[in-house]
Amino acid sequence: MTSLPSSTDRKLGLVIDLDTCVGCQACVTSCKEWNTGGHMAPLTDIEPYGAEPDGVWFNRVHTYEQATDTGSRTVHFPRSCLHCETPACVTVCPTGASYKRSSDGIVLVDEDKCIGCKLCSWACPYGAREYDTEVRVMKKCTLCVDRIYNENLPEEDRVPACVAACPVGARHFGDLGDPASPVSRLVEEREGVDLMPELGYRPVNKYLPPRARPSGSDESAPAQLEPVTAEGGFFGWVDRMLSG
Amino acid sequence: MHPAFSVIFFTTSSGAGYGLLALMGIGAAAGLMPDSAMLAIVGLGLALAMITAGLLSSTFHLGHPERAWRAFSQWRSSWLSREGVLSVLTYIPAVIFSGGWVLFGVDAGFVRIAGLLAALGALATVVTTAMIYASLKPIPDWSNRFTLPVYLAFSLATGAILLNGIQALTVAPVPALRWLAIVFILIAWALKVAAWRHNDSLALPTAASATGLGTGEVRSIEWPHTQENYILKEMGYQVARKHAARLRRIAQGLAFALPLVLILIGALAGPAATFLPVLAAVLAVLSMVPGVLTERWLFFAEARHTAALYYGYPHARTK
Ligand code: SF4
Ligand code: SF4
Repeated sequence: MTSLPSSTDRKLGLVIDLDTCVGCQACVTSCKEWNTGGHMAPLTDIEPYGAEPDGVWFNRVHTYEQATDTGSRTVHFPRSCLHCETPACVTVCPTGASYKRSSDGIVLVDEDKCIGCKLCSWACPYGAREYDTEVRVMKKCTLCVDRIYNENLPEEDRVPACVAACPVGARHFGDLGDPASPVSRLVEEREGVDLMPELGYRPVNKYLPPRARPSGSDESAPAQLEPVTAEGGFFGWVDRMLSG
Repeated sequence: MHPAFSVIFFTTSSGAGYGLLALMGIGAAAGLMPDSAMLAIVGLGLALAMITAGLLSSTFHLGHPERAWRAFSQWRSSWLSREGVLSVLTYIPAVIFSGGWVLFGVDAGFVRIAGLLAALGALATVVTTAMIYASLKPIPDWSNRFTLPVYLAFSLATGAILLNGIQALTVAPVPALRWLAIVFILIAWALKVAAWRHNDSLALPTAASATGLGTGEVRSIEWPHTQENYILKEMGYQVARKHAARLRRIAQGLAFALPLVLILIGALAGPAATFLPVLAAVLAVLSMVPGVLTERWLFFAEARHTAALYYGYPHARTK
């Protein structure tokens, strides 16, 4: 059914910290690695070693430069499905292949029903759906449904692959429908934002904006190192011999 | 947006076919159509052929055409599904109307009723097609109040130009039809120019709002990948401003101006002329076809999708 549930029991989603993301692409590769064998498998690659490689990815990290009052800054920006509360990608689907789960709010595609009309990808403002030209169906982020409830995994690994992979803890996973959950508190504390809220899709995923830098960027620059003074003894002798 | 030929062909061919069917259906219901089996065979035959060809081409561009039947299921929420359902339902009165006219004449009661129902189905199908585009918020060039009236007006204008040509060929040129075609052409032309003007001055979201970074200019300095991907191929299509301006002139000339002049020539030739009005009516059809295809190509090629903002595509139209 492509009509949307009027409410969902939980609103599972991600909170992405643009202040800490270093753009290392670890979440991108680990997403690809998990999901190419997961629920929406395969994440087809076309000509991966050719001149024009192409393929399906659920998560892509962009890099931007933003002009701010205290000079410009670099912002790394991971982009994936936001598991919106009122997503037109679901309602436009003519077949019932796209759906939003009433239990946890995850937006999924039933690959066996998809006719590959691509309309849902047009309806997503965030470019989160990618068509697989080999399997000829639409693919998208599943929020790792096959990990987060997977009892074969140790409890601490029951999070999306991207969250598990992030080396700087820039990705947080949880129930954004529960105001007391750690992710909801984080969003409140850091004033997390919706992407293009004016379009009315009500994204569940939130982005934490980069923290303001102290004015005068010198304050955050590392202290200058002291010049090395020649020492006595063995190391002093080595130093003198080498610099002589 | 990537201008896929299948969708351009579908919307123009089916649109004109539905316009032709609607006008013939309304004309028959109102008792205005001459009782000519030839007119029914050529006119309704062409309408049904154009509709069917368009629907088939839109089906073949699917990833899994063999599952197309599933698209009839979600009419509660999806305009695409509604379009599928209505297009199939419209065949029922359209076939009864066509067959009835040929076998029993256009003035049989059930033929007139079927004609009216076919016309309603045809127009309703065009509405659903337009609403597929008009409801896509990520594409502000489409999700505005012009898309629906433009689609309806194009369908009726192209249908009227076709009917004018067919009736001139099979029966005789009909003065009232000429004026109908002229009125629809003028309406479609005015609406299309207004839609272009509206789109050229749209205030579109920027990379700053797409990324939620808010204030300050946000420049894309590195893509996530070095080559194109699905998003860029599908939504990153850009048409050079100067080509767009030229193509808009070509579309207006071929789809509106030339047919208008030709139909007027037919009208001014006087009742005594026999050959010139027919020739003009047929030439108007031949001019309309490439004009409407150009307009529809632009409809897709000029449309800007918010997803391309993430790749640093400038969406503002600078003159
Ligand atoms: S981000 Fe796009 S694909 Fe994901 S739920 Fe929202 S509209 Fe649908
Ligand atoms: S591409 Fe598949 S999932 Fe998307 S709208 Fe079409 S049928 Fe539905």
